[in-house]
Amino acid sequence: MIANPGRAARRKLISGLFTGACMLATGVALVALLLILWSLLTQGLSGINLDIITKDTSAGGLRNAIVGSVMMCLVAMVFSVVVGILAGTWLAEIGGDTRYGHTVRFLNDVLLSAPSILVGVFVTTILVNPFGGASGWAGAVALAILATPVVTRTTEDILNLQPSSLREASMALGASQFVTVRRVIWKAAGAGLLTGGLLGFARISGETAPLLHTAGDTQFMHEPWWDIPGMMSNQNASLPVMMYNFALSPFEDANKLAWAGAVLLAFAVLGINVLGRWLAREKKM
Amino acid sequence: MSVTRPAVSTDQTPVRRDVVDPIFRYVAFFAATLLLAVLGGLIVALLIGGWPALAKFGPSFFFSTTWDPVREVFGAAGPIVGTVVSSFLALAMALPIALGIAIFLTQFCPRAIAQPIAVMTELLAGIPSIVYGMWGLFVFAPWFAKHIQTPLSALGGIFAGVPNGANIFTASVILAVMILPYMAAVFRELFRSIPPQVREAAFGMGATPFEAVTRVLVPYVQKGLVGAVMLGFGRALGETMAVTFIIGNSHAFPTSLFSSSSTLASTIANEFGEASGMHASALIALGLVLFLITFAVLAVARWLLSTQRY
Repeated sequence: MIANPGRAARRKLISGLFTGACMLATGVALVALLLILWSLLTQGLSGINLDIITKDTSAGGLRNAIVGSVMMCLVAMVFSVVVGILAGTWLAEIGGDTRYGHTVRFLNDVLLSAPSILVGVFVTTILVNPFGGASGWAGAVALAILATPVVTRTTEDILNLQPSSLREASMALGASQFVTVRRVIWKAAGAGLLTGGLLGFARISGETAPLLHTAGDTQFMHEPWWDIPGMMSNQNASLPVMMYNFALSPFEDANKLAWAGAVLLAFAVLGINVLGRWLAREKKM
Repeated sequence: MSVTRPAVSTDQTPVRRDVVDPIFRYVAFFAATLLLAVLGGLIVALLIGGWPALAKFGPSFFFSTTWDPVREVFGAAGPIVGTVVSSFLALAMALPIALGIAIFLTQFCPRAIAQPIAVMTELLAGIPSIVYGMWGLFVFAPWFAKHIQTPLSALGGIFAGVPNGANIFTASVILAVMILPYMAAVFRELFRSIPPQVREAAFGMGATPFEAVTRVLVPYVQKGLVGAVMLGFGRALGETMAVTFIIGNSHAFPTSLFSSSSTLASTIANEFGEASGMHASALIALGLVLFLITFAVLAVARWLLSTQRY
């Protein structure tokens, strides 16, 4: 039946080669992931011990860097979650279809992928130079600027997934828009909102460039440790900035500490990402 | 929207609804506007900060390759070319691989393992930029210098350069791995958005899988694919830490594939901490250039992706 068996065979061959090439491409990406994870484990795992969390960077541990990172990320997230959820809600429930809404959505998407170093430069010029130097607060503001677009975007996406019958049912019971959003829509979208927060958190906890010139670096834990405003008002260490300084140091001990930090940071960020995605998947089903 | 209040009593009095709803709308509107204000503030800060350097050097700022903080003479041609070349190389490497992943996962891969593989490729996006930088500096660059660059540098020409692994090509390889997962994810969404009938129709006409993909599916989502590529390009342009570690940080105009170079972002990361006066202004002007390039690229990318409904 086939008019030209040679041609059919050639087409099949090309198609087979193409399938093979696609598999190869996937293989390349997986190999890259495995190579990086392998380096992390071989180079960094030996540096992980109890000293990491009990000593400061001056004494071969990472305590001050871990605490600094967590503090700045948490402060940034408080701001980002509030502003991001409100802005995402405005886009999904109130003004998203207006011309202004389209502008906000578009520019939020631009901000989402804007180079993070520029946010560092921006915060340095408005919060570091006029106020006499780098501080944890400035670092937290830079991180907040990076996390907010992520939260805004996921919030809008999740709220748009909620069926409009929910809104209608709530309105029909006489609830105001605020009560509808707060008690019905936000509640229904709870896990999805949490995912937005986690993805924003994952994004900023690995960021180095915006902290480099805004938060500075220290070798010691701020004393006393419970004086959080004092800690945030001074230069504040963070894991990524510590890694940057120590990886470029000529001393092997410092390099080793940087690798230990890399293991902690990479697996923390990967863990938060996976958790966020897993929560989102549960919700969509 | 007007909703008639029912006779049934609720915990809401009409007075409260009239007060609370507008407040809620204003607060949410304010939050959305805050995002715009931040972006606007960023542009204004870059303009004001970079103005002294732009005013002093004029157009030569963009064309001169001299970057001399001691004599306070600044030209951005080196970093601009370094940024564009490294991002293009990264794109050239990442594009076929990302396309291959997306096609494999949506067309050929058995359902049961498609999801785990997709998650693994997306994990690449979760690895922090600084970790890529360290991996590039300690693992990839030394390996590359020993096994690839040293043999090739004997050829000279585009392979000329100090064989230490810190050059524009190794930086592009790392960049390619970093933008790969983003592009693959958008490609996958695009292919998944194609109605199954389109694919079935192609097979029904007797097309092989290769023909179905290249002649039917890819043209179907053409615009979106271009948008995704530009999104990846935008990311590569602004990527900072990984590049700073391995590009060699030389402000000279790159003359070969293996030249040490610098990008706009890596120059800012390296020098902004110690800079003052005209040097700081020149760095902020670099930031402004970076912002304008990425903004243009991202704007076109978003526009293309939004016209492709998926």
